[in-house]
Amino acid sequence: MTNDELSPLKKTANHIRILTIDAIAHLGIGHLGGSLSIVDVLTLLYYRHMDVDPLDPTRPDRDRLVLSKGHAGPALYSTLALKGFFPVDWLHTLNQGGTRLPSHCDMNRTPGIDMTTGSLGQGLSAAIGICLGNRIDGRSSKVYAIIGDGETNEGQVWEAAMAASQFKLNHLIAFTDYNKLQIDGFMHEVMGIDDLNVKWVAFGWFVQRVNGHDLEEMDVAINRAKAETSRPSMIILDTKKGKGAFFAENRVESHNMAIDPKAAEQAIAMLREAGI
Amino acid sequence: MSNQTAVAVAQRAPSESKPKEMRATLAETLIALATEDERIVLLDADLMTAHGTCSFRKQFPGRTFNMGVAEANMVSTAAGLSSTGKIPFAMTFACFAARRAFDQFFISANYARRNVKLVGSDPGISALYNGGTHMTFEDLGIMKTVPGLVVFEPSDNVSLRKLMKKSAGHEGCTYMRLHRKSVVDIYADTEEFELGKGKVLVDGDDLTIIALGALMVPEALKAAEMLAQQDGLSVAVIDILTVKPLDAELVLAYAAKTGAVMTCENHQIINGLGSAVADVLAENLPTPMKRIGIADEFGEVGDLAYLMQRFGLTAGHIAAQARELLKRTCKSGKL
Repeated sequence: MTNDELSPLKKTANHIRILTIDAIAHLGIGHLGGSLSIVDVLTLLYYRHMDVDPLDPTRPDRDRLVLSKGHAGPALYSTLALKGFFPVDWLHTLNQGGTRLPSHCDMNRTPGIDMTTGSLGQGLSAAIGICLGNRIDGRSSKVYAIIGDGETNEGQVWEAAMAASQFKLNHLIAFTDYNKLQIDGFMHEVMGIDDLNVKWVAFGWFVQRVNGHDLEEMDVAINRAKAETSRPSMIILDTKKGKGAFFAENRVESHNMAIDPKAAEQAIAMLREAGI
Repeated sequence: MSNQTAVAVAQRAPSESKPKEMRATLAETLIALATEDERIVLLDADLMTAHGTCSFRKQFPGRTFNMGVAEANMVSTAAGLSSTGKIPFAMTFACFAARRAFDQFFISANYARRNVKLVGSDPGISALYNGGTHMTFEDLGIMKTVPGLVVFEPSDNVSLRKLMKKSAGHEGCTYMRLHRKSVVDIYADTEEFELGKGKVLVDGDDLTIIALGALMVPEALKAAEMLAQQDGLSVAVIDILTVKPLDAELVLAYAAKTGAVMTCENHQIINGLGSAVADVLAENLPTPMKRIGIADEFGEVGDLAYLMQRFGLTAGHIAAQARELLKRTCKSGKL
């Protein structure tokens, strides 16, 4: 990636973070930590890798994303809004009665959402189904999935790991948002998942591990995953929960936190200063 | 019903009909549907041999997915397939369909408004020697509570074939409870079926027996005959076929006509067909009722005859309970 390509992506990521913090702060509470940890990968997917059309969000041959950690909806909504799937001012309706932007992703309410998620563990399986449907119809579209590290405690994730490998779903590119925190604390204290690389390798996946906030590293990994011809890909993203909001970074309570408007303003100002 | 038009009684199969395995009809029907409609795909959780669907795989290898012993993954995968426009039939034993993969069916399939046709086989005591772990007495109760879900149980090969086609054409999820073993057909091949519509098999005036499924509909018919021969009673028999949406119009019409209603199901009496009928009657036309089904119990192993006796599902038991009910109501004056 050249500097000319990298710089606008960084700015876009800052902008998405601003919109995400603002949307959650507008309501006063929300899943800030796990939203902010995936902003960089969402930026890279929607602004560099995915073949999607905001004007035709259900085109059958589009690339799709299943955000299996559905509670990170606010980050995806900010990305989709900025990309033009719906007006940015919808973001202030987040979780209000009658909204089209519920905390957990709902494909029937929000343009650009490819799968309804929120009950952890199910999204990777749904992504497998989409890959199989694409295969039947001869489409080589990519199916991306983002699972949480805490979500990885769910047994169904490993059922899906087995199946994707069995069916040789090389068009499936999954990410683990490995921010090391789950609701009740640090993962190694609650239910650790190390050695995560070894686990996915053992299930037959092409596994890469990169800094989930380094756009260049992730870009290389995604390109390598796209070139894979016989295996599904798992890209483990080392991330920081709450990344970009100083009051939330790496804090266990950031999973679903009440937000002080002044702190939100300050975080937004810092991001704005970094450039959007 | 005196001011209503004559009741349409279903066309019955010829009396010399040979028994046929319902799983054979399942596979034939799937193949026929998939031949007509390329969107039809099959998923199973390592029970293709039990379901007799290997013939489907032979014909449509690219549209068959054996997901292994992983029901949760199967159901969410089916939801994903549906997102690409496919019409997935996903099958496993009813116990796993309803108990193990319920959240996946609820969220990935139903809440997400996908188009997944879930099939739960070996319901209730038909699990036989697999016993209590596999005996699903609660799947109807579980499935009935899913908003908008269509829940049905064919009673023979004809109703299976025709209702499966309706299910494939229905926009949205369905749950089909499937007895996969050998049965003698009830219906003539020409009979037509609709989801949400019951069938009157025998008309009657003194009592209505509403039954569900391939085990209980024949028992209800036998019980009605016993009551006619031994007690001179005129007993109507309805094969309800769909538990949700319930054919409330038919239930209410026969409750009004006969003044007493029994339900027969190979399922817990708690939150099954009997409860569904009671819901409708209690709010619209309170009617004396008796529910035949499994009491608040777990299953156990045994052959079919033993289990029918053990859980009080035989025609003799139905008839005895009918007499008790009619003594209580005294409507017919014949008891």
